[in-house]
Amino acid sequence: MAAYRVEIRVMPRAALLDPQGQAVNHALHALGFAEVGNVRVGKHLVLHLDAPTPDAATTRARAMCDRLLANPVTEDYELLVEAA
Amino acid sequence: MRRVAVVVFPGSNCDADTLDAARAAGADSYYVWHRETDLEQPDVVILPGGFSYGDYLRSGAIARFSPIMDAVTAHARADGPVLGICNGFQILCEAGLLPGALMRNARLRFLSRPVRVRVEATDTPCTHLYRHGEELVLPIAHGDGRYVADERTTAELEAEGRIVWRYIGDNPNGSTRDIAGICSAGRTVVGIMPHPERRTASIVGGTDGARVFLSLEAAHATQHAGDVRAVGGHHLGLR
Repeated sequence: MAAYRVEIRVMPRAALLDPQGQAVNHALHALGFAEVGNVRVGKHLVLHLDAPTPDAATTRARAMCDRLLANPVTEDYELLVEAA
Repeated sequence: MRRVAVVVFPGSNCDADTLDAARAAGADSYYVWHRETDLEQPDVVILPGGFSYGDYLRSGAIARFSPIMDAVTAHARADGPVLGICNGFQILCEAGLLPGALMRNARLRFLSRPVRVRVEATDTPCTHLYRHGEELVLPIAHGDGRYVADERTTAELEAEGRIVWRYIGDNPNGSTRDIAGICSAGRTVVGIMPHPERRTASIVGGTDGARVFLSLEAAHATQHAGDVRAVGGHHLGLR
């Protein structure tokens, strides 16, 4: 067993309205950051776990995303697994 | 008198109003704590509104793994009526008992005000005492009420007449196809964002929500009458 650190990025589906992203976009424009074209707001989760191999850690983390951490109807996720 | 189980999660806050509304309609309603695994043989299960687990992660995402949810799912799979109101609707979607999901209101604000909805399906256990097309005023109180589902699912809901309530006039939260409530393919699992339990007496502003609970209570009588007819028609060989 080895310790792994997993970073999970959960983002709202591109096709769906993201009102938080729009509000942040408006605020950035109000502050003079006129170059900003599009903003989307998601979630970033960091967790530590023990697994025999990096692949096993990835498999477990994917299972966690599929069951709980991301909603398959509205969100996509990406994982980054590294030795802790 | 039907047995109506009102499931209480940590953060539920419409459980008492829901229990009272069912009781006022004639039901024997009782609370079941989410840590329990037995619903005590209910006829109807209601998941009330509130903020289960503080809406952490996503509304309803953690509550749907509460121990009682296995029994709720079994009740639904056996065609037992299940009604999810507001946070209850969110939990039913997270649990996969209803399709789609409820996302942050399009204009981000938490909305607490009366809205107009139209009853578009009267063949559910919650709406059979309403007239098709009847317009109601019910209060909403939610931050995550924007119903979304993929195109195929919404087209299916539309085609199968599973959009039970639709917002009329102003769509408060940006919900797809003005959806305020839907039902399952079997029609026994129903979810609604507005709060019918808050409109069951004139003294609190109206009675438009009362028939949701009267419908659930009267379903028993209907079912019973159906049983009698089946016996009369088939088993006894009568015409």
